[in-house]
Amino acid sequence: MIPAIETTGLSVAYQKTPVLRDLSLTVKRGDFFVIIGPNGSGKTTLIKALAGLIPSAEKFVRIGGHPMTGYSKRKLARKIAYVAQSEGDDCPFTVRQVVLMGRSPYLGVLGMEGPTDFAIADQAMAFSGLSALSDRPVHRLSGGERQRAQIARAICQQPDLMLLDEPTAALDLFHQGRMMSLLAGLKAQTGTTLIMVSHDINLAAMYADQMLLLVKGQITAMGDVNTVVNPAVLSEAYGCPVHVEKSPCGPWPQVSLMQEDVAMADFRSFPKSGPSGGVPENNPHHRY
Amino acid sequence: MLVLAAAMVLGLSIGSSTIGLKTVWASLFTSAGDATHQAIIWKIRLPRVLLAALVGATLSLGGLVFQAILKNPLAEPYILGISGGAAIGAIIGIIMGLSRIPGVGIMAFLGSLATLLLILSISSGSALLIRDTLLLSGVMVNAFCTAVIMFLLSMTQDSRLHTIIFWLMGDLSASPLSQVGLTAAILFPCFVIIFVYSHQMNLLLLGSDMAASMGVSVRRVTLTLLVITSFMVSTTVSQCGLIGFVGLVVPHLFRLGVGPDHRILVPCCIFGGGAYMVVCDLLARWLPAHGEMPDGVITAMIGAPLFILLLRRLQR
Repeated sequence: MIPAIETTGLSVAYQKTPVLRDLSLTVKRGDFFVIIGPNGSGKTTLIKALAGLIPSAEKFVRIGGHPMTGYSKRKLARKIAYVAQSEGDDCPFTVRQVVLMGRSPYLGVLGMEGPTDFAIADQAMAFSGLSALSDRPVHRLSGGERQRAQIARAICQQPDLMLLDEPTAALDLFHQGRMMSLLAGLKAQTGTTLIMVSHDINLAAMYADQMLLLVKGQITAMGDVNTVVNPAVLSEAYGCPVHVEKSPCGPWPQVSLMQEDVAMADFRSFPKSGPSGGVPENNPHHRY
Repeated sequence: MLVLAAAMVLGLSIGSSTIGLKTVWASLFTSAGDATHQAIIWKIRLPRVLLAALVGATLSLGGLVFQAILKNPLAEPYILGISGGAAIGAIIGIIMGLSRIPGVGIMAFLGSLATLLLILSISSGSALLIRDTLLLSGVMVNAFCTAVIMFLLSMTQDSRLHTIIFWLMGDLSASPLSQVGLTAAILFPCFVIIFVYSHQMNLLLLGSDMAASMGVSVRRVTLTLLVITSFMVSTTVSQCGLIGFVGLVVPHLFRLGVGPDHRILVPCCIFGGGAYMVVCDLLARWLPAHGEMPDGVITAMIGAPLFILLLRRLQR
């Protein structure tokens, strides 16, 4: 089967500093693909590259078997929808207006929506549980509602592929669960391929079909959940010992931090920099 | 649109000699009526009112576009220094003895493009979104422009000085109807282009990554809009000098009224901005007991306090 999206030798650098190095990956159609990794490992850059938002990366990406460079922006927007990390704190538009904007890759020159577009938007809002809030300005929504509005907007694009950058960051447990079941429902109902960046390994392990562990711009592990959520792999990647066991709630693994050892590891490496580059301003040598 | 029409009729009627509305109607649409009134209306007031409407529409649209693209509610051609740059170009043009159209106009356009580039490079990249960087660089560019204008004025020794000073502060008088027509012919296509891009401006307000992911060619749209807007603004500056804050007052007024959708805001700014400017010009002619005052004085007296008010509200 032709993969939904694939990259060959994807490399991205910001001002000569390499952020992604020689990434080759394949995402099957209809999969829930989750990218995890330590801070600063290039996860956001990777998902932006897949979304076609980094011009220099386009030549490494193929969508549905075709090179990304062959797509116009509008055509690409009908294939791929992108949900950025926490957008819209100053968005003046109402939920309905934002959701309708998802129709723009299908609209004519002046961007006037027709009855079909309104129907699709209503459906997307209902699916995301936003119907009651449709006339409220986005900047007055809660974090969870705002994220759902972005998802509804992305649904309106009727994409084959939806890319999400940490959609559950800054959400409480209830809203994390709601967001994940919304995405799982979307995948089940429409067969949309989902690619998501997540900090939450346990949440990812519950829903992912495939996972990718990105460390310093390179693939450290890729495959099914049990391949990636493996104590040896994770301890090495994050630089702290972790414990993995079978979740008591289902057939997926569950990760726990080993608290005491983390503190010890931190203490031992003090004042050397940590595994993911370290933060120079915390280095006591700079103060004396 | 009705408001604009009403304001324009009022503008025709009121002046140093008040002409009744009936007479205005008669002179406009029939050949009957007093020859003096005919002359006043056709030669003086009609061009002036039409020019005011055009200038108001242009400056309001200018503010609207800058606010959308720079995602900064305080952006406006005058505050950013775009108008100032255009004025420098125009003055150089006037001193060189070029004609208003196209000579002075082209010089003004070059001046506005130069300041646009300067501002964009000062607050380049992601810093573009930071409100204070943009405004501060605007203030500095404006201060610099004022200095250059003063320098140029002090170098000018002849009778043109008074004209230039009065023009600088916003002067809508003394344009024949044909020149106003030419200005309209230049500006209308710009209005249309901006209206075509109004939905893209909505998307850009969500952030450039989001807009790009929904199919907007961000670079092309942004560049086109910035250049077109600078062109429109420099055209009006070369016609009637520096008239500030219109692009701040009008878009914000309509945002309160009709919401943030640019497909509605663009036409509202064209008609409403026109009406606003006609009324401001009316006040400028009507308030002083003798003669008239520059329009820039009226718009600044309304606009500057509003700017401070907006700034206070944003800081909270």
